[in-house]
Amino acid sequence: MSKHTLSVLVENKPGVLARVASLFGRRGFNIDSLAVGPTEVDDISRMTIVVDAAQAPLEQVTKQLNKLVNVLKIVELGHDCAVERELQLVKVTASGVTRSEIIEIAQVFRSKVVDVDVDSLTLEATGSPEKLAAMVRLLEPYGIRELVRSGMIAVGRGSKSITEGRGVRLDRTA
Amino acid sequence: MTITGAQAVIKSLEAAGVDVVFGHPGGAILPAYDPMIDSPIRHVLARHEQGAGHMAEGYAQATGRVGVAIVTSGPGATNLVTALTDAHMDSVPVVAITGQVTTSSVGADAFQEADITGITMPVTKHNELVRDPDRIPSAIAEAFHIAATGRPGPVLVDIPKDILNAQTTFTWPDRLGLPGYKPTMRGHSKMVREAAREILTARQPVVYAGGGIIKANAHAELRRLIELVELPVVTTLMARGALPDSHPQHLGMPGMHGHWTAVTALQKADLLIALGSRFDDRVTGNLATFAQRARVIHLDIDPAEIGKNREPDIPIVGDCAIVIGQLVEAIQSLLADSNQRRADLSSWWAQLRAWQSEHPLRVDQSPDGPLKPQTVIRAIGEKLDGNGIVVAGVGQHQMWASQHIRFERPRSWINSGGLGTMGFCVPASIGAKVGRPDETVVAIDGDGSFQMTLQELATARTENVPVIICVINNGSLGMVRQWQELFYNKRFSQVDLPVDIPDLVKLADAYGCVGLRCTRSEDVGSTLEKAFAVGEVPVVVDFRVDTTEKVFPMVPAGASNDDIIESAEEWYAKASAGAKGAAGEPGGASLPESMREGDAV
Repeated sequence: MSKHTLSVLVENKPGVLARVASLFGRRGFNIDSLAVGPTEVDDISRMTIVVDAAQAPLEQVTKQLNKLVNVLKIVELGHDCAVERELQLVKVTASGVTRSEIIEIAQVFRSKVVDVDVDSLTLEATGSPEKLAAMVRLLEPYGIRELVRSGMIAVGRGSKSITEGRGVRLDRTA
Repeated sequence: MTITGAQAVIKSLEAAGVDVVFGHPGGAILPAYDPMIDSPIRHVLARHEQGAGHMAEGYAQATGRVGVAIVTSGPGATNLVTALTDAHMDSVPVVAITGQVTTSSVGADAFQEADITGITMPVTKHNELVRDPDRIPSAIAEAFHIAATGRPGPVLVDIPKDILNAQTTFTWPDRLGLPGYKPTMRGHSKMVREAAREILTARQPVVYAGGGIIKANAHAELRRLIELVELPVVTTLMARGALPDSHPQHLGMPGMHGHWTAVTALQKADLLIALGSRFDDRVTGNLATFAQRARVIHLDIDPAEIGKNREPDIPIVGDCAIVIGQLVEAIQSLLADSNQRRADLSSWWAQLRAWQSEHPLRVDQSPDGPLKPQTVIRAIGEKLDGNGIVVAGVGQHQMWASQHIRFERPRSWINSGGLGTMGFCVPASIGAKVGRPDETVVAIDGDGSFQMTLQELATARTENVPVIICVINNGSLGMVRQWQELFYNKRFSQVDLPVDIPDLVKLADAYGCVGLRCTRSEDVGSTLEKAFAVGEVPVVVDFRVDTTEKVFPMVPAGASNDDIIESAEEWYAKASAGAKGAAGEPGGASLPESMREGDAV
C-alpha cells in the first residue's frame, strides 16, 4: 500500500463531493486527505484526494470515478512531477522560557506566528507534507495542543495544464 | 405560455418518446398525475412500487427501450430501491421519477420524506434532485440519455412538490450538457487488429458471450463473427438467446449451474473471446483456477469491467455491435491479404462434440414417479418451440429454465441475474407483455419468489395483460434447501412453504384469473394446452413438483470450475469419500475442501 494523489476535475454541482467521497468509502479505500475548491474555469471544481491504496485497486477506483457523470477528468499526480502543498495551523504550549525557542523553530520553517496567548502560540505554515511533518516533530516536545491541516493540494510541474488535452470538454454540449 | 412543472414532466416524457409508464400515485407526486389523464402515455397502475419498478425492468429488457416508473416520495421511493438496484446490477435502462417533499422541507424529516437521491447514489447510474422547474426538461432528457447509452442503467429524477406546482415554460433541449459523460463506441483499431490475429491463430478458442451482446443488439454481428471463423460459443445467463441454442456452434450456458461442456470448454480454452461479459463469480468460480490456459480478449463498453476480475491480453473498450463489426472486417482482411489461414480447429471441435455427447443435461422423470420440475420446464420450452418470451423468478426454477429451455432469439429470456431478486418474475412478465403484446409471455416462478410480489396479479388482470404464470411449486425455498442438503448435512432450517398456503388455484380465482393445477407428469401437456388457450385473462398454473430435486450440474461457490459435479449421485459419492458426519449432524466441516460452502455466497 502506498499513498497516491489524485486530482479530480468535477462539475460544480450540489452533491458531487458526496458522490466522489462515498465511492471511495464504498470500495473500502482510506482517504488520507481531501481538498476541494474552484479552478480557473467557471463551474468546474478541483478535488485533490490523497488515498492509501495498492496500484491495482487504485486503478479500479479511478475507473469507477470516471463513470460518475459529474466527473470530468482524473489525473494521478506523481510525487516527483508535482508541487505538493498543505496549510497547517499548530497551537503549541509556550511559556515565557520556551516562547523564543519555538519562534526560532518557526523561523527555520518560514512559519508565521498568527496568535499568541499567555501560555500558547499558534503557528501557520505552508509546505510539502514532509516539511510540515518535520516541523510538528520538532514542536512535539513543547506540547502540541491542537493541530489543523487543510489537506494537500497539488499542481503538475511544467507548463501543461490539467484542463488541456483529451478528456476534458469545457463546452457545454454532449 | 406558462405551464406547471407537473405538466412539464408529462410533456418531457412525451418528448422523450415514452408510450407507457408504470407507477403508483401519492401525496408528493400528485400534481403530476393530473396532466397524466390528458396524455397519450399509458399508465399501468401497480399495487406496490417494487412491482412498478420490476415492470419497468421487464418492459426494458423485452423491448430494448427505457422503462419508466413514477412513484411518490418517502416509502414510495424506498419501495423502488430493490428494483433500481436490480436494474443497476443487470444494466437495465430505467428512468425513475420520484416525488419529493417541498424544497423548504427537505432535510427536516417531513411527512413521507426520504433522501432518495442519497439512498440510491450507489445503485443508480446517476440521479438528481431538481430544484428549479425550468430544469425539468433537461433533467429528464439527460436521464433518458444516460439510462439508454453506454452501459445502460437506472437513473432517478427526484422532484419536490413545490417544483411540480411552480410555473415554468417548456423547452425541450436540442443539446445536452453532459461534458463528463462520453461513452466510447468504436474500438481502438490496433487492438482490434491484434484481436483478429489472435482469433485466427488460437487452437482452442471459445467465445464467452454476455448480456452486453443483447444490450447492444449485436446478435447478428456475433453470428457473422462466429460463422466466419467457426468459433464455439457459450452464452451466459444474461445472454441466453444471443445466439440460437439450436445453432451447431452453441455449446450452452457457462456458470455455477451451467451446461457441463460450456463450463469445461472455458476451462480448457487457449483463447477466451469475452464479448459484453464481465467475468462474474458465478461464471468463473474460483478466479485463480479459471481458464488458466487461456489468453483473453475482453470487449466491453464499460472500461471499469476490463481488468476488474481478470487482466486481459487484449482489452477493447467499445460497443459490441460496432466493434464486432470491426473485428469481422479485420479478420476478413487478414484472410484475404496474407497467407494467413485460420488455425485448424477440427481436433478442438472433435473434443467439444465428444464432451457434448458424454455429458448431456439429465432429467430423471419416471412415468409413475413424482412430477419432476425439469419435466414441466422442458414441456413449456417445447410448447413455445423457440417463440415467446420466458420470464423467471430466482432460485432452482430459474436455473432449470435457463438450462432446459431452447432460446432462439435475443430478448426471449428475462430474469434477474446479478442481484437475484425473488419477486422479479410476476411484475417483470407484466412489463414484458405490455411492451410486446403480440408475444406469448410465460412466467416461470417459484412458490417462494411468487409470494413476494403476487399482488401484481391484480395489475395483470385489471390492465388486461394475459401472462401465463407457471409456478414450480415444490413447497419449499428450493435453492436454499438444496444448499442446506449439500452443505449443512440435510439440516433444513426455515425452508418449508406449505404447497397449499396459499391455494394457488383459489388465489388465482380471487384475482379474477384462471387457476389450474397439475400434479402428474402425464397431465403436463394437457394443462399447458389449457393454459395457453385462455388468452383473455392471466393464468396461474400450480405445478406440484418433487421437493427433493436439485439443480445440477453444480460448481460449489468459490470452487474451481474443474470440480463441476453433474448429479446428486456424483455429489454424494465424492462427499462420502471425504466426509465424516451423518445426516442430521451439524455438517459443513466434514466435506472435502472443494465441496464446502465456504465464505462465498
